[in-house]
Amino acid sequence: MQHYDNIIIGAGHNGLVCAAYLAKKGQSVLVLEASDTLGGLAATREFYPGYKVGVAHSLSHFSAQIVSDLNLTAHGYIPGAPMPTIGLDLEGKHVVVTRDGLRGVSKKDLDSYIDYRQLLERFAGMLSPFWLKTMPRIGSKKFADLTTFAQLGLKLRLLGKRDMGEFMRVATLPARDLMDENFDSDLLKAVLSWDGLIGSKMAPRSPNATVLAMLYRMSGEHHGASSIPKDGIESLINALHLVLVNAGGQVRCNAPVTKINVKGDSTGLRATGVELADGEILHARRVISSADPKRTFLQLLGAEHLEIEFTNRINRLRCDGYVAKLHLALDGLAHFSGIDIPDGRMIVAPHMDSIEFAFDDAKYGGSPAQPVMEIVLPSINDSSMAPDGKHVLSAHVMYVPYSLKGGWTAEAKANLQDLTIDTIAQYSPNLRDRIVHAEFLTPEDIESSHHVTGGHWHHTELSMDQMLMMRPTYQAAQYATPIPGLFLCGAGSHPGGGLMGGPGHNAARHVLAAGKGL
Amino acid sequence: MKTDNKTQTSKLDPYAGERLKRSHFHPRQAELNLRDAWSSWNGYKFADYYYDEEYEYFCIRNSCATYDICPMQKYRISGADAHFMLNRMVTRDLNKLKEDRVTYVCWCTDQGRLIDDGTIFKLGSESFMLTCGSPSLAWLRKSALGFERLEITDLSDDLAALSFQGPTTCEVLKKMGLEGIQNLKPFNIMYFDIGGSSHKPLMVSRTGFTGDLGYELWIAPQLALTLWDELYAAGDDYGIQPYGEAATNMARLEAGFIMPGMEFNEALKTVNYQYDQTPFELNLDWLVDFNKPHFNGRSALLEERDRGPKYRLVKLDIAGNKPADESALYADQKCSVEIGYVTSAMWSPVVKANIALAMIDSDYIDGSIWAEIYYGKELRHHSKVVRCVLQNAPFWAPDRARLTPPPAF
Ligand SMILES: Cc1cc2nc3c(=O)[nH]c(=O)nc-3n(C[C@H](O)[C@H](O)[C@H](O)COP(=O)(O)OP(=O)(O)OC[C@H]3O[C@@H](n4cnc5c(N)ncnc54)[C@H](O)[C@@H]3O)c2cc1C
Repeated sequence: MQHYDNIIIGAGHNGLVCAAYLAKKGQSVLVLEASDTLGGLAATREFYPGYKVGVAHSLSHFSAQIVSDLNLTAHGYIPGAPMPTIGLDLEGKHVVVTRDGLRGVSKKDLDSYIDYRQLLERFAGMLSPFWLKTMPRIGSKKFADLTTFAQLGLKLRLLGKRDMGEFMRVATLPARDLMDENFDSDLLKAVLSWDGLIGSKMAPRSPNATVLAMLYRMSGEHHGASSIPKDGIESLINALHLVLVNAGGQVRCNAPVTKINVKGDSTGLRATGVELADGEILHARRVISSADPKRTFLQLLGAEHLEIEFTNRINRLRCDGYVAKLHLALDGLAHFSGIDIPDGRMIVAPHMDSIEFAFDDAKYGGSPAQPVMEIVLPSINDSSMAPDGKHVLSAHVMYVPYSLKGGWTAEAKANLQDLTIDTIAQYSPNLRDRIVHAEFLTPEDIESSHHVTGGHWHHTELSMDQMLMMRPTYQAAQYATPIPGLFLCGAGSHPGGGLMGGPGHNAARHVLAAGKGL
Repeated sequence: MKTDNKTQTSKLDPYAGERLKRSHFHPRQAELNLRDAWSSWNGYKFADYYYDEEYEYFCIRNSCATYDICPMQKYRISGADAHFMLNRMVTRDLNKLKEDRVTYVCWCTDQGRLIDDGTIFKLGSESFMLTCGSPSLAWLRKSALGFERLEITDLSDDLAALSFQGPTTCEVLKKMGLEGIQNLKPFNIMYFDIGGSSHKPLMVSRTGFTGDLGYELWIAPQLALTLWDELYAAGDDYGIQPYGEAATNMARLEAGFIMPGMEFNEALKTVNYQYDQTPFELNLDWLVDFNKPHFNGRSALLEERDRGPKYRLVKLDIAGNKPADESALYADQKCSVEIGYVTSAMWSPVVKANIALAMIDSDYIDGSIWAEIYYGKELRHHSKVVRCVLQNAPFWAPDRARLTPPPAF
């Protein structure tokens, strides 16, 4: 009987990162993936003959340290150049945002932007060490926990008195206030607030962690700018896979885990392995799950093995996704008025209220009357995504509720798909003529196709009550869980979702440190 | 003209919704409540005593008496997951509980703080009844999360129950026609016919809260008065008498049973940090089964077991005859080192001792213990400091409470 050191549930990027680190340390690792493709939400798959796309369509903060630790560039991953972010305007007066400049705005806004960027980059720099760290346990007196707290305090102090005060002030500010303080252009404000909101159940007027989410995205090598690797996101996933396999790790696709097995005796409970859908039982010293926390605890482990209040906290995790996907197969390039080559990340949100109103619809279970979205054409950067001369358009449509009033009927979906295409067509007049095939995925669709509860971007909301040492909730926030031998390594753990790798990296380190005591 | 009874009553009585509910035995109990000494329990009109608390207490100890447990909370938990849900909730191992048996249990928060104690009746392989002092539906629902094959029904208002306690109870039940009742062992359940029935609607468990021989009788509300009348007819020669909260409190203290609001503060209602208690503090170690791989609060309780509880509930034999109600306890006669407090106290007529339950700082448990007792004498206040002796054996545990068949009278 094979007995692994580690079984990892899910071959999303976090599962693969975690597995790769462990395998490189000489541990035996088996990764079990429910679907037929690697990459989880970042998996690239053919959605129409010859046309490929992934639910996640660009990188914004993949960890440079993981790239270097795992030597991913030697395994086929070639980072892409940062893409500009383009705020689309109906009259073609687009706003173009790059790290060090802006186009299409007043001199005043430009000057403010330089200061604004510098301030945010100082904040992002201050936070950067914490994304790849295990957060301290609340109430812990352990040395490692206390030093992390101390470091955070020190980093804050090093910001200087004025910046420190400013950080404390803006960290939980509604994005709208931050934008109104700094800029005049409505379009610019909408575009800059976008990165704090995408994937969350928050809009510009929501106080919470939107500024922190922005800073989180700025932790990567392009300081928050999106990019598409030279050979697509697939090349990143493949590189991770290759590193893992080269280090002796194994991956099995089409291997959905139905149960995390535990053994119970007078010493308590302990995870012993997993059971697959076909009844196969696999044994391991540790089970590390990159499936979302709700699924991991309530479906795979079972309430019976957990404490009552903990179970209820897990059940109350806010996991409803609000981002839908539109995928279009195009038989030629879609032109966008006023843009030569649409190779940037384009945002449809004329002003912050457009975002807010779409959110208002969604928060009461409605479909947005005027959807806001982010669009990329990944086939421009990565020609393997579509047949020669053909293209793929991918849009993240914001504030599409997981639970729609009346349910996601075929009609409701078709209507929103049409509305989304019409909205894009306002900026791209030839779009409709180019469409060969369209696919629209609601959060509910993503839930079932990608095995992610609620189809949530971050597996569970990245908000103040569910971040840092509270992510996903206390007693499971340091990758370990209440069940010895069971760990978490997915987006539901600190630092959170997005293609970043932090949870996988941190979990591996935690497991190795804990393993010394095993 | 058709009249709607309900609306008419509420028109007549603007406070209808505020009034205390009537127990299923109320018509008979009201008649016997000579002193009109009513208070309430869980929204029911409930007797403190009926005639005289001491008299009722002596009925429990010397003959037989009934105590209304209609207001007690009762839940049916059934379905394929019922066992698993309950076994994870309580600290005892329900795998050891056989059908037609009752067991005393307690349950805790994740932090191992005591929420409540009660009894679980195993009525069938997938059917249980949980009884307890306070409404617990919210906690049961929380505990049920993740168990799908499960149904929880609040039976509190829909099941009449009467506790029947005292040395002659078996005799009276025999006389009432409950054939074979003398063979019912402690914590076992039997079913009987009553009032000419043939489907055995009367459930009898050999349980109680007095530490004495006694039974609890469970029946559908429509048969409640039939049960009462047959029981009182059979018990007439034995001086059967209803007793209220006051006599219960005396009997349970002699038996060493804990009461919420006295020995423990229910964890879910406790605001101040650790002003609630753990099973170890309450001397309920025997209810906590660490051989069971998991139950709620297990890891916190394991830590506490290894560390030793901060407080311990102890039984005290106190010098003199003045009850030590609400006394503070000290390690020295000068009262300079305070080490705990008395939770319940009384002069015990059967034990003929001044007894108390008390919470004591575990560090001082082996040293000398002094109680500062306050008492009144014709409007003057007095206090005295007296020595207490730790008592290990139960104050009151007569053989008849355990013997099957119980001694005849
Ligand atoms: C609509 C949408 C768009 C997004 N766009 C972007 C983007 O453009 N850029 C970006 O950086 N981020 C984006 N994100 C976020 C990002 O994709 C996720 O946060 C990230 O992919 C999570 O990675 P993960 O490895 O933690 O989990 P996942 O990628 O969800 O991987 C978990 C894996 O576990 C598997 N699994 C689950 N249960 C089982 C089981 N029982 N047995 C076996 N396997 C199981 C799943 O099949 C899945 O493969 C987007 C998210 C959404 C929802």
